[in-house]
Amino acid sequence: MSVLVNKDTKVLVQGFTGKNGTFHSEQALAYGTKVVGGVTPGKGGTQHLGLPVFNTMKQAVRETGADASVIYVPAPFVLDSIVEAVDSGVGLIVVITEGVPTIDMLKAKRYIETTGGVRLIGPNCPGIITPGECKIGIMPGHIHRPGKIGIVSRSGTLTYEAVAQTTKLGLGQSTCIGIGGDPIPGTSHIDALELFQNDPQTEAIIMIGEIGGSAEEEAAEYARAHVTKPIVGYIAGVTAPKGKRMGHAGAIISGGKGTAEEKFAAFEKAGIAYTRSPAELGSTMVELLKSKGMM
Amino acid sequence: MNLHEYQAKELLAKYGLPVQLGVLATTPEEAAAAYDKLGGKFAVVKAQVHAGGRGKAGGVKVVKSREEAAELAKTLIGTNLVTYQTDANGQPVNSVLVCEDMYPVERELYLGAVVDRGTRRVTFMASTEGGVEIEQVAHDTPEKILKVTVDPLVGMQPCQAREVAFALGLKGEQIKQFTQLMLGAYDAFVENDFALFEINPLAVRENGQLACVDAKIGIDSNALYRHADLAAQRDKSQENERELKASEHELNYVALEGNIGCMVNGAGLAMATMDIIKLYGGQPANFLDVGGGATKERVIEAFKLILADPSVQGVLINIFGGIVRCDMIAEAIIAAVKEVNVTVPVVVRLEGNNAELGAKLLNESGLKLTSAEGLADAAQKIVAAVKA
Repeated sequence: MSVLVNKDTKVLVQGFTGKNGTFHSEQALAYGTKVVGGVTPGKGGTQHLGLPVFNTMKQAVRETGADASVIYVPAPFVLDSIVEAVDSGVGLIVVITEGVPTIDMLKAKRYIETTGGVRLIGPNCPGIITPGECKIGIMPGHIHRPGKIGIVSRSGTLTYEAVAQTTKLGLGQSTCIGIGGDPIPGTSHIDALELFQNDPQTEAIIMIGEIGGSAEEEAAEYARAHVTKPIVGYIAGVTAPKGKRMGHAGAIISGGKGTAEEKFAAFEKAGIAYTRSPAELGSTMVELLKSKGMM
Repeated sequence: MNLHEYQAKELLAKYGLPVQLGVLATTPEEAAAAYDKLGGKFAVVKAQVHAGGRGKAGGVKVVKSREEAAELAKTLIGTNLVTYQTDANGQPVNSVLVCEDMYPVERELYLGAVVDRGTRRVTFMASTEGGVEIEQVAHDTPEKILKVTVDPLVGMQPCQAREVAFALGLKGEQIKQFTQLMLGAYDAFVENDFALFEINPLAVRENGQLACVDAKIGIDSNALYRHADLAAQRDKSQENERELKASEHELNYVALEGNIGCMVNGAGLAMATMDIIKLYGGQPANFLDVGGGATKERVIEAFKLILADPSVQGVLINIFGGIVRCDMIAEAIIAAVKEVNVTVPVVVRLEGNNAELGAKLLNESGLKLTSAEGLADAAQKIVAAVKA
């Protein structure tokens, strides 16, 4: 088992024939992901990377039976692509694109709420991977190993850091979900915790957050009440100044709220193990598992 | 991107909001003429900078004649205003807004809006406690802040605005005027991709009319592509010079106060790198995300930016190679160090494909480059190199 994606997941690519769509589809195919085709309006009926290109998502889903979609289209067209994907009937939509206007995401989230049953991941994220089975997104596949740690993170390269460390220590990963660095993410930390809690393959969870908002505080509170699996938390941005956006649209301490210290304090209060060193994500997990007799 | 008060008021006026009259002046002569044009006994001269706390810093004053208006404009324009929200250098004052004097007023209210991350909705906040820092009100008397959550499906409805108007104790015609104001503010918010909106104070004048005395607007930078008119109003003089330069090269840079420069790929890892430097006893000089493609050109620009900060005594480069090969990144770094003539110690941590080959290239380059294995090792090495 794993969460959301596995070896049977059939993936469509929106923005298939563009530069990013092409490069990362090649990588996904090489990894073994079942990419079944893509959508580029106006190029329907042609072939790309040996796969069919469709004009619309509805047609693509009808003809391929796809259950997931990954979006690489430029930011101004993301809302349109999300709506098209929702209407096509796929159950999972992963938005890699960075720079989507916040107001567009409010609308996208609201639209998904009205339809129900659709999971959105991103935007501004590396994507989701179940090692050895399915890679949807831009993460380097080779650093992952099938295993027992579920990883959820707002940051791409920091996720790779956690992956590399857990691979090196022989723990491996069940599924890694990059939820992205935007203020309105499709999937939250809480959503990911719930998925991992219900997944038999996942034995423990690494939760990586950063400054801005209060999603980590809410996740800590949720974990205290609902998650029985061991969690290691980490927050980036202890040294970040107030009022400055740190690369990610959502990484900003505004009105004195959303500091790393508040989030670490929430972990402490909820009894969640955490580390202040990004170099010790894996080793802190090993210690935690040993202390619980799970290793 | 932030707007100046005068720009924010112009924009809100287009949506029918009653804003305090004002005339922009960039010279003492213009300020005197503005005073005459307003025709009142008094006028208020306000420094136009991207920072709050202007009043206490001497950036907002009442004048009683055209001479006083000119004199104050002369004092303010061309200087930097230091408020509790700015750094020690302050923000440059390039213009002043000469406004009609409305005081004394009956009451000062507050109206603001943000995109609330928790509810995923545009949320309006209103309070009877205007004219003071709203953060302070939220902290001391949270019950005095009314919140209205707007469903994007239907938008702001008059009933929501009326409810606030009654709760604020407004009466008669004011109810209608406030409702129009709040509906207009919501339209302005969503049509212009506001990230932040604040009218503080929203005055209830002695004649019973409402007036926006100050206005603060921040625009979602990701949405500027569809607001050419707003993008054109960007005042680059209000931004940090190095941060501005970085944005021109599509690099994310934020200046800090330490002495160890950082060059990292990915925003989260860049913050984590700053944090681990601090954890090992050093002080980061900046946040810098070079993005996914650490090419020679980008590394060169990044070095130039980092080294333009005179306090930098060492640089830590932390790249998680991922899909790109580390030996290629190492070559880019070596070429950049040669081209920019970097003289401070540089510690490089490369992870990912061909990391060992990359480290070998760095160590054999004959330059002041030290390779590190892992994040902790990298932090220890740069902190030691800077202290030495």
